[in-house]
Amino acid sequence: MTTGPTAAALRLQIRSDTDLSLVRQQVRAKAQEAGFGLVQQTKVVTAASELARNTLVHGGGGEMELAEVAQGGTRGLRLSFIDSGPGMADVDQALTDGYTSGNGLGLGLGGARRLVQDFQIDTRPGAGTTVTITAWAQSLGSAVHR
Amino acid sequence: MSDLDAAAPWSPQQSVADLLRQRREQIAQRWADLPLFRSVFTVTRDEAVEAAQSVADALVVVAASGRVDDIEASGFDSVRTQIGRMSAARSRAGLSVGRVAGEVAALKDAVVELLTAELAGAPVEHQHAAVLYAAELLSTLRLVAMQTMFNEGQELINRQRQQLMEVATPVIKLWHGVVAVPLIGTLDSARSQVVMENLLDAIVAQQARVAILDVTGVATVDTLVAQHLLKTVASARLMGAECIITGIRPAIAQTIVQLGIDLSDVATRSTLADALGYALDQGGLQVRRTDGRTVSAGESR
Repeated sequence: MTTGPTAAALRLQIRSDTDLSLVRQQVRAKAQEAGFGLVQQTKVVTAASELARNTLVHGGGGEMELAEVAQGGTRGLRLSFIDSGPGMADVDQALTDGYTSGNGLGLGLGGARRLVQDFQIDTRPGAGTTVTITAWAQSLGSAVHR
Repeated sequence: MSDLDAAAPWSPQQSVADLLRQRREQIAQRWADLPLFRSVFTVTRDEAVEAAQSVADALVVVAASGRVDDIEASGFDSVRTQIGRMSAARSRAGLSVGRVAGEVAALKDAVVELLTAELAGAPVEHQHAAVLYAAELLSTLRLVAMQTMFNEGQELINRQRQQLMEVATPVIKLWHGVVAVPLIGTLDSARSQVVMENLLDAIVAQQARVAILDVTGVATVDTLVAQHLLKTVASARLMGAECIITGIRPAIAQTIVQLGIDLSDVATRSTLADALGYALDQGGLQVRRTDGRTVSAGESR
């Protein structure tokens, strides 16, 4: 099973577009450190970019928690995007490609889910949203394909 | 004792405010000799004294208001700009922020000395309270100076960001009717707006038939970036130009597909050179070697 974080978690504020750049930079740096290949790096950075933007745009700002995790000999990153915004009433609808509550492409949430190996949403209307993703340096055999 | 005592009880607040008011001239004269004032107001000494007086006046207002620990105290407003300009000038002269803050803090000496002399016969606890009060007031003035410097730094960063946005998105004419934009770095909403405007202007100015967007230098293509690219392509098309996206790296290509972004309506080529070859081809042009041999494959399409 996944072991706990191997290092102290890093927390980043998500309050502006500039913070989004910082999130991408930090996630990229940590992914490189953890030995992610270029493709895996690009995927986790892109997923982080989508989710951080959701935190900013739909959640009214929040924070990202970044922790390194390990399973067997494989290293990975676990990222949580936490906001205390309006939350989502219908997660399945939010995950549907093309559905958007704003004027985006409606692919961010579902797309982010496809880019990483593990994806969890904890949300209730009025109670904020926490999206937690885990990505591994190598694609694991057990990776879920969607 | 109550504040309502008819005999107006002694307070450090009143004591410091009175001293600053009564000894305004003396304090200003001493301050005018300090590097903070002297090196900024170089034309005449009167100028330095006048500036020092206005700082002293502001401190009287703050001291009397009792808000000596509040950098937002309205009394500071009148000197915020001035102290900021002086600090900035010292900073431009090569002093570190810490050194400038030290120079502002040095204003304390004159006040504390005069205050000590003034209260020489007063009860010792009054002396302590008044000196502490004055020290706090001048520490806060130092914070006001630092905050002003910091804000100016922030403004500079914002201005530079704006400039960067404009210079970082040149539209290059590759051939008659063929323009290209090499996109570099982060393509956020503000930058992509600039890119789009520059590109559309160039399409008109150059009468371009083909516009090439090269994303080799873009680190991350997420759904927002993709949406910006799609919008740019659509607008270019409305202007009568065909838009080609080039430089999508393998990792980004895989990511775009997994995100579910549909770029099938957009012409793409792997490199800028391929796109140029295609554009020349569309314009009925051919690249030919001068020695008459045929050019190897890859120059078009």
